[in-house]
Amino acid sequence: MAGPTEAVGAPPAPAPRHGPQRAPEPAREPALQHAPQHAPQHAPQHAPQHAAQHAPPGAAAAALARAARWSWAERAFWTLPVLAYFALPQHLVLLAQIAITGLFCLSLDLILGYAGIVSLGHTAFFGVGAYAAGLLASHGHGDPLLGLACAAACAGLLGYASSFLVLRGSDLTRLMVTLGVAMMLYEAANKLTDITGGVDGLSGMELEPLFGRFRFDLVGRTAYIYAVAVLFVLFWLARRLVHSPFGLSLRGIRLNAGRMPALGTPVNRRLCAIYTVGAAYAGVAGALLAQTTQFVAVDSLAFPRSAELLLMLVLGGSGNLYGALIGTTVFMVGRNLLANINPQFWQFWLGLLLVLIVLFARDGIVGAARRLRRRLGGNGPPS
Amino acid sequence: MAPPAGRPGAGYAMLTVLFDGIASGMLLFLISVGLSVTLGLMGFVNLAHGAFAMLGGYVGVLLLGPGGLPFLAALPLVMVVVALAGVVLERLLYRRLYGATHLDQVLFSIGLILMSIATAVYIFGDQQQPLTLPAFLRGQIAPLGFDIGVYRLFLVVLGLCIALALEWLVQRTRFGARLRAAVDNPRAARGMGIDVDRVFTIAFALGSALAGLGGALGVEVLGLDPGFPVKYIVYFLIVVAVGGSGSILGSLVAALILGIFDVAGKYYLPEVGAFVIYAVMVAMLIFRPQGLFGRGRAH
Repeated sequence: MAGPTEAVGAPPAPAPRHGPQRAPEPAREPALQHAPQHAPQHAPQHAPQHAAQHAPPGAAAAALARAARWSWAERAFWTLPVLAYFALPQHLVLLAQIAITGLFCLSLDLILGYAGIVSLGHTAFFGVGAYAAGLLASHGHGDPLLGLACAAACAGLLGYASSFLVLRGSDLTRLMVTLGVAMMLYEAANKLTDITGGVDGLSGMELEPLFGRFRFDLVGRTAYIYAVAVLFVLFWLARRLVHSPFGLSLRGIRLNAGRMPALGTPVNRRLCAIYTVGAAYAGVAGALLAQTTQFVAVDSLAFPRSAELLLMLVLGGSGNLYGALIGTTVFMVGRNLLANINPQFWQFWLGLLLVLIVLFARDGIVGAARRLRRRLGGNGPPS
Repeated sequence: MAPPAGRPGAGYAMLTVLFDGIASGMLLFLISVGLSVTLGLMGFVNLAHGAFAMLGGYVGVLLLGPGGLPFLAALPLVMVVVALAGVVLERLLYRRLYGATHLDQVLFSIGLILMSIATAVYIFGDQQQPLTLPAFLRGQIAPLGFDIGVYRLFLVVLGLCIALALEWLVQRTRFGARLRAAVDNPRAARGMGIDVDRVFTIAFALGSALAGLGGALGVEVLGLDPGFPVKYIVYFLIVVAVGGSGSILGSLVAALILGIFDVAGKYYLPEVGAFVIYAVMVAMLIFRPQGLFGRGRAH
């Protein structure tokens, strides 16, 4: 959490103190004049203070820009899906699922990791997106991108509407409201068998080729490239978002919601906005799953999926976009390897892992990696 | 599945449904009242509370089936076993997370739920567990003109007795005073010489024991399979949310309302399912976040 905390702590403070009328250039001269007068004994303490006080108003922007730069580690990370495509051609279906779930996890990270909204019902948006895309495709509108857009719109709308419920009350109320909304949708999908197919699930989708050219094949080549491409585009957007002043204010809200209004941040509006964005992202993930598997199960709205998602996020490390992706990958690969042996076995160790993470490794894999790097003398990986 | 209207005694059938609702409400009360202390008063989001009820159910099935104990003798034993499990878990794990964030508590208790489900499937398989009631609790009686299951009557009477005993315990005894003090202001309570940790442990054990009892009694009514902790989790949370924090009367009333609506809904409007209950819960939380009988404390 090194990068974000510094960024939140330092930059917003100087601006109100000096006001915007003070130009950045003149600020330098007093610093130069005062420094010798103030005697050498004060110099060590003074220097950083001056730097902070006289930081030009653009310093926050500069810090954001610095954090937003793509590091070599990130570039290397994004070559992995490309390598996986060539190295593991027989596992493309699983890889596509990982990309989709990664996107879903990313959407939870936006609202939980960055904005601190605890949700037990994030599957609601995933399910709404999946059903939206699935219904669209099974009623003759099989264009994949249209499905994505529609899913994002539906889930986003639901997210926006329910964000007002979620904003009320404490963590506990939030937990129960999010859980309650997801349960309501689950019950609705379960009972409205004419529309959703109920427990049998929704099938019979006919998907048109992507851009009218690329057919969804059985091996899953198109599906994989499609899923990874959507993931990358949305990841890129999310990365822009969290490194913008908006993202900074979200982290500020998570760290101290009571103080943010004093800095002029409209807390509720920000939370509504990020909740809507997170919901739309989850909707897109649901749509991707519906399109690539050509099936929507009513389980996509069920509680265990929300719990699994939380687990993936804390496994990777919440409040970090890569944490979401890494956690998802580790979780999905692990489940694939272990569940073949015995599903109950897997569930038990999953639970144990969750308990152990909470007790001993709250910041997940990315946090552990960061601590390791710090110990080795490097800088933390980008967030 | 229309209600059996037109038959002589259709009105009485309604009363039977009502009574069934009250009986399952009593079970919900027994199971949730412990949660209303840990979650409502101590502010610990223990989603795994249902796992204690499930443990009670399985222990009950074991004691009555292979153990061959008589029904009434098995119940206290169930409570003891589950209370012990509660103490061990509280001392080893829960205690470390009293000060943690709600998210950590949620994750931790979800982990416990997953482990409990996997263990239950491993030992008992995933089918429903049967439980044979003793002869004197089977059958129906009709003292007031409508049919009442004897077992339902037993549940209602037992639930009322326990509610009264708890109310007395919390309001009138020294332990109750200590508990209320420890919950309201742990630091001041410690300063007054109250062993807060011990009070919490005892409260936790008592809550677990009651959940276990509810689970064992509920095998006949709510069913028992490894999915139990997840299936009813929302119900327990509703009881706490609607009843308000730590209020025994509030929990009782909330549980009864929930039980009646649930049973009546399943009987008269099966196509709507549990939808109404979730909707009511969400509406409740929006308009009265502190619960019907809450003390107005925000957490």
